[in-house]
Amino acid sequence: MSEKKFSKKHEWVSLEGDEATVGITKHATELLGDIVFAEVPDVGKSVEKEGQAAVVESTKAASDVYSPISGEITEGNKSIVDDPSSINKDPEGASWFFKLKVKDKEEFNSLMSKDEYDKFCKENPN
Amino acid sequence: MQVQKTALYNIHKNLGAKFVPFAGYEMPIQYKDGIVKEHISTRTYAGFFDVSHMGQFFLEGDQTLTEALEKIIPADLKSLKINHSKYSFLLNNDGGIIDDLIVTKNEKGFCIILNAACKDNDIKQISRYLEKNHKQLLDNDLSLIALQGPKSVEILEKLIPSVSNLKFMTGNNFNYENENLYITRSGYTGEDGFEISIPNKKVEKLINFLISNEVKPIGLGARDTLRLEAGLCLYGHDLNEKINPIEANLKWAIAKKRKELGGFNGWNKIKNLLTNGSEKIRVGIKPEGKVIARENTKIFSTDNIEIGLVTSGTFGPSVNAPVAMGYVKSNFAEIGTPIKLEIRGKKYGGKISGLPFYKKSYFK
Repeated sequence: MSEKKFSKKHEWVSLEGDEATVGITKHATELLGDIVFAEVPDVGKSVEKEGQAAVVESTKAASDVYSPISGEITEGNKSIVDDPSSINKDPEGASWFFKLKVKDKEEFNSLMSKDEYDKFCKENPN
Repeated sequence: MQVQKTALYNIHKNLGAKFVPFAGYEMPIQYKDGIVKEHISTRTYAGFFDVSHMGQFFLEGDQTLTEALEKIIPADLKSLKINHSKYSFLLNNDGGIIDDLIVTKNEKGFCIILNAACKDNDIKQISRYLEKNHKQLLDNDLSLIALQGPKSVEILEKLIPSVSNLKFMTGNNFNYENENLYITRSGYTGEDGFEISIPNKKVEKLINFLISNEVKPIGLGARDTLRLEAGLCLYGHDLNEKINPIEANLKWAIAKKRKELGGFNGWNKIKNLLTNGSEKIRVGIKPEGKVIARENTKIFSTDNIEIGLVTSGTFGPSVNAPVAMGYVKSNFAEIGTPIKLEIRGKKYGGKISGLPFYKKSYFK
């Protein structure tokens, strides 16, 4: 299985070859509540590390989803756009947001591991 | 100012509430179920809401009290029967809405339910019209519980026999454990239901009864989605001091007699608007697809001229689509008019919609 890394803005990334998959964490969905809208980037769009890439909205508010890693979008997940509530059900699996061709793998290595992320969430509960 | 808590704070906590500061109170935004489930349980079964942060303002006096209140409230208070309620507002000299409210006539005078964020200023504004022989009390020893949803009547009848005889927008006194409850058949969700004014010391017992009947606690989050689907205004968002009742599309809430005879704040302006129409007006808005048009979303005509602003917008769980309200130039207010909504710099399609988005089922 490919390795998963995490950002301070509550995104996860997994890397296979030079293609990364990005989504939001379970912790993020718990903070957001019921998700009712998602927008994913168009294929071919360039995104910068920590740049705004997608949008997620709950009944409460809209939030930006940032790309934890730079690259070019290769796919957006249409199924979360059609059924935003699926993000609450499987945020770290089927309900990924987008895939991108990674520019610099070092950016991936600098992200948090699962343990580091869990600790980060405990220290920053909101 | 210190953050206030209602008498139910610990019960909310035990029920797993997530709290937010709201109008100076620490209030539950949601419980464990989350906003969508809370919304649906209210529409399909019943939910209870702690609305004790709202002001329960009691006024006592003779005919001169009614006359004084009619200067600031455009309801026909002189003809209001005992135990009958009306939705109305406090108006400033320009006809702007200081607050929206429910006023109920009782034997000694009136009870006015005021929005939490506005209540202190409201009382100041009302007091300007009162005379020495008029008594006033903002009763903080009372809690206010809204029980809303199709099963409300069946459940409350078990505890308070004959409560089912109340008709929509009427109330009465009921005995519960040797305490007096004042219950009105009303609410702000578009469902049948009750608002129960109950001494703080008895409220926990009432809540335990509701919970034992599988009534779910409902937070401010679902209260907002419910009221928006029902097309009801939220003060501070859809209404404010710069908006008058004609612009707010609430002229139905000004009594016919008062429209003709006036004698209340802002009457000249309102009379003129009743004849000539207002420049802008509150409308329902349905965005296309799933995109949510939140407060302050700019509204454009199809040829990209800015025509208004969204004042409330969310996802409506019962209509299973985004819903919004806002103000547009009156010539764009017709139901079905196509519009554009600017969200995150991009323009999305939408339509002017009739209100409510969700059909009400009040008991009349």
